[in-house]
Amino acid sequence: MATLKELKTRISSVKSTQKITSAMKMVAASRLKRAQEAAEAGRPYAERMERMMASILDNPGALEGAGALLSGTGSDDTHLIVVVTSDRGLCGGFNSSISRESRIRIRELHGDSKNVKILCVGRKGRDQLKTEFGDAIIDTYEGIGKAGVQFDEAQGVAAKIIEMFEAGEFDVCTIIYNKFVSAITQEVTPRQIIPVQLAEAEDEAETAAPTGPSAIYEFEPSEEEILAELLPANLNVQVFRALLESSASEHGARMSAMDNATRNAGEMIDDLSMIYNRTRQAKITSELIEIISGAEAL
Amino acid sequence: MADAATNKVAFELVTPTALAISEDVDMVVVPGSEGDFGVLAGHTPILTTVRPGVINMYTGGAITKSLFVEGGFAEANPERCTVLAESATDVSELSAADAEARLTAAREALASADEDAKEAAEKELRIAEEMVRAAGGSAAQH
Repeated sequence: MATLKELKTRISSVKSTQKITSAMKMVAASRLKRAQEAAEAGRPYAERMERMMASILDNPGALEGAGALLSGTGSDDTHLIVVVTSDRGLCGGFNSSISRESRIRIRELHGDSKNVKILCVGRKGRDQLKTEFGDAIIDTYEGIGKAGVQFDEAQGVAAKIIEMFEAGEFDVCTIIYNKFVSAITQEVTPRQIIPVQLAEAEDEAETAAPTGPSAIYEFEPSEEEILAELLPANLNVQVFRALLESSASEHGARMSAMDNATRNAGEMIDDLSMIYNRTRQAKITSELIEIISGAEAL
Repeated sequence: MADAATNKVAFELVTPTALAISEDVDMVVVPGSEGDFGVLAGHTPILTTVRPGVINMYTGGAITKSLFVEGGFAEANPERCTVLAESATDVSELSAADAEARLTAAREALASADEDAKEAAEKELRIAEEMVRAAGGSAAQH
């Protein structure tokens, strides 16, 4: 049995761990609030962008002049997977669920003898994927969203994606991120961003006000020119949105992980205190017995 | 949402981080890439790109608000006008000194830009020029 002193140190070390986890929980909670607000503030832009895209695509003939960003390169030999994770751990299954999903997808694609390239956003994803797919990882972005996700950070990532696409380095791009459902639930969401998926675009657009019988729009300058600007802008927004969702999810996941940890530490302290008290009691009893039997012997 | 009876147009200015403006106005003038255009209630449906410049909102025959945008997209239809811009700043908050600094920086960047960066540098220069104009305009008004 452990000595009293050992138990005491054990209890105090669990107590200080509990202090840390509960502080982390509080920090995550306040960050979560901010991240959630940012995610909500970003929604109108994305919705209206979808609406504009839908307006253009409703127009007969719009698809013909559209660039490869919309219609694809015509093949799907090389896939780019953008893996969005966090830079830091201690957030439960947040990162591992993303890397699990990525691994499954990549293996599947490899099984179909496709090329896969990986772009990591967040250090944890790279760390978890590099043993198996180290060669496929092209680049890693770190430190995104440290002070809240900024639009130009998303733009930087999107610019890299577009640059690679224009250089013909991949055909299909999918972004995998945690979608924020609630503070305790995140949903791993793979979303194809190149070529643009119209079904999803319509799905999202139904939250926007219906435009009535779809009006025939005039375009200024031409549809092609607008699309040429709108599609990269749309990509920026998609990436931005994924980063925002991921950041809100991360803080949510960390908050609930730290809440659990704090609770577990509490239970552990209770158990240890119980053992400690019993041990102390046993020691006192045995000392008493020794004294009494010593006195009787006299 | 404005209806035809009130003759107002529901104007929305949206940036990636916020719904900057959502207001019913009499008219809004947007700097389209092919020229400025005013949107009144009942405007024909149009979709256009926006060049860097100032958006003016009119109510009761006077400008109620002017905002500087760095470019984006605009959509107008009979009921509403929506502008998507990556950033929007109230003209009164622009400072001429900042704008000048940006213009100088943009000129230098353009001078040292290689072929690849040239397009981006030219775009930045156009934004800075418009910003100086917008900032100067607001200074003159005060």
